[in-house]
Amino acid sequence: MADHDISETPHACPSCPSPEAAPAPSRRSFLMSMGASGLAVTGGGLIPRGQAQAAAPAAAEAQVPATAVPLAPGEQTVNLVVNGAKRSVNVPPNAVLLDVVREKLGLTGTKKGCDHGQCGACTLHVNGTAVNSCLSLAVMHDGDEITTIEGLAQDGTLHPVQEAFWAHDAYQCGYCTSGQMMSAVAILKDARIGRDDASVREAMSGNICRCGAYKNILAAVQSARTNMPKVS
Amino acid sequence: MRHFEYSRAGDVGQAVANHAAMQNTAFLAGGTTLLDLMKIDVMRPAAVVDINRVALKQIESLPDGRVRIGALVSNTDLARHAKVVADYPVLAEALLSGATTQLRNKATTGGNVMQRVRCNYFRDGVSPCNKRTPGSGCAAVGGINRSVHAVLGTSKSCIASHPSDMCVAMAAIGATVTVQGPKGTRDIAFADFHLLPSDTPEKEHALMADEMITHVTLDAPLAGAKSAYFKLRDRASYQFALASSAIIIRLEGGVIKQARIALGGVGTKPWRATEAEAQLVGQRPTPALFEAAAAAAFKTAVAQTHNAYKIPLGQQAIVRNLSTLVA
Repeated sequence: MADHDISETPHACPSCPSPEAAPAPSRRSFLMSMGASGLAVTGGGLIPRGQAQAAAPAAAEAQVPATAVPLAPGEQTVNLVVNGAKRSVNVPPNAVLLDVVREKLGLTGTKKGCDHGQCGACTLHVNGTAVNSCLSLAVMHDGDEITTIEGLAQDGTLHPVQEAFWAHDAYQCGYCTSGQMMSAVAILKDARIGRDDASVREAMSGNICRCGAYKNILAAVQSARTNMPKVS
Repeated sequence: MRHFEYSRAGDVGQAVANHAAMQNTAFLAGGTTLLDLMKIDVMRPAAVVDINRVALKQIESLPDGRVRIGALVSNTDLARHAKVVADYPVLAEALLSGATTQLRNKATTGGNVMQRVRCNYFRDGVSPCNKRTPGSGCAAVGGINRSVHAVLGTSKSCIASHPSDMCVAMAAIGATVTVQGPKGTRDIAFADFHLLPSDTPEKEHALMADEMITHVTLDAPLAGAKSAYFKLRDRASYQFALASSAIIIRLEGGVIKQARIALGGVGTKPWRATEAEAQLVGQRPTPALFEAAAAAAFKTAVAQTHNAYKIPLGQQAIVRNLSTLVA
């Protein structure tokens, strides 16, 4: 299924400031250029066992741009506004929003951790509300506005929450960081959530950090509070 | 995740019709239970009816003092609603003690009522489980049953505890579940909605074929009462209750006039402790009275291999909550 397709339009987001959108070689573009069959041999963990063989030809075909891909049987078109840009994707009903964002839209800043709503790595905003994208179907979101970590920075300027995470060293390995930041941005915009440390810790408890950077994450969130954009 | 037919309903009538059009169909609201269980292949609907566009996101005050909640009101919006915060603090506290910010943003009122159990043997897809595969047995009886298994309302067929915090508060408040199906709408008392496992644990609720929850209506708040939710768990946040209590109490002239107590984490359904309530009414609050009420609540409790601690823990959840409320 679509879970293991390589992106049809990997870097098409026009306002995406992610380094992955740059033409320079990156780890991801290098890995993608190897092809899924190479990954299956050298990095078996990247493709679930038993699906590697099925995924390889699908990945090769998926190099075709999205506009040339006809609606396959059982698929439907979902129109989204992703980080301010209109995007359309053809997906089967069982395509999960997280997988579509990463693999169809090429926005790989949103991470897959537990895939069951328990870790928060996949947190993004749907119409301004933070949700676990691993527990949503893409077809549920036709017409919705999606904001991912790639949409936080504006015109090359980092969002105050991104600045604060940098300044406070609020990460170690970084895998949970985009989810942490997306939760932080939503929490700081929500006047119903208390401003004290205990309230912030509770509100951020859906984002697990295995490195244990919680102390610095809390410091970053609280310091970003004073720099948040007044109108959101 | 397996393939399934997907349809999106614009109103309740269409949702029910779509649901009735195929066998083995599921309504999809927030998806936090359904999609989780579909990913691990425990729920395998052939068709899914997405009801997120149905206009059931209102919270309304009714003329008789009750509050009617649309089935699609999110757990976050319900917990933060001014009327709920002011008149039903026990419900706001219960909601905010459950899950995480992101999950509460997705999870709905109707969906939370329909939440499935967290028993590992139900979720693992292979162990004997009468809920998942009727007649296959119960691996939790005699298995690992420390945290998400009950001491009240169990049977030899199933001992899984009901996981919801919201439902515990609703059981204390008193509520009505309104459902709509092919034959029209009807009301089900909240206390009658969830079923004890008995020898048919696969039947968890009073819904008939193709019926959908449209509203949950809270009984009018008790004037002059105080209420609170007290939850004990393995960690301070984002964990299911080992034991919890939702308590509403009204004193007049130093005497307890009304008391409503419901328990979470210890029962196979949201557990109304009427025996404990009866101990309290007409009495002056004392520590000894609270302990007697707590003991009455667990009089019929049956401990499993690893969860005997839930009997004193559940009693303490009652005593502590009462003590704080009358202090």
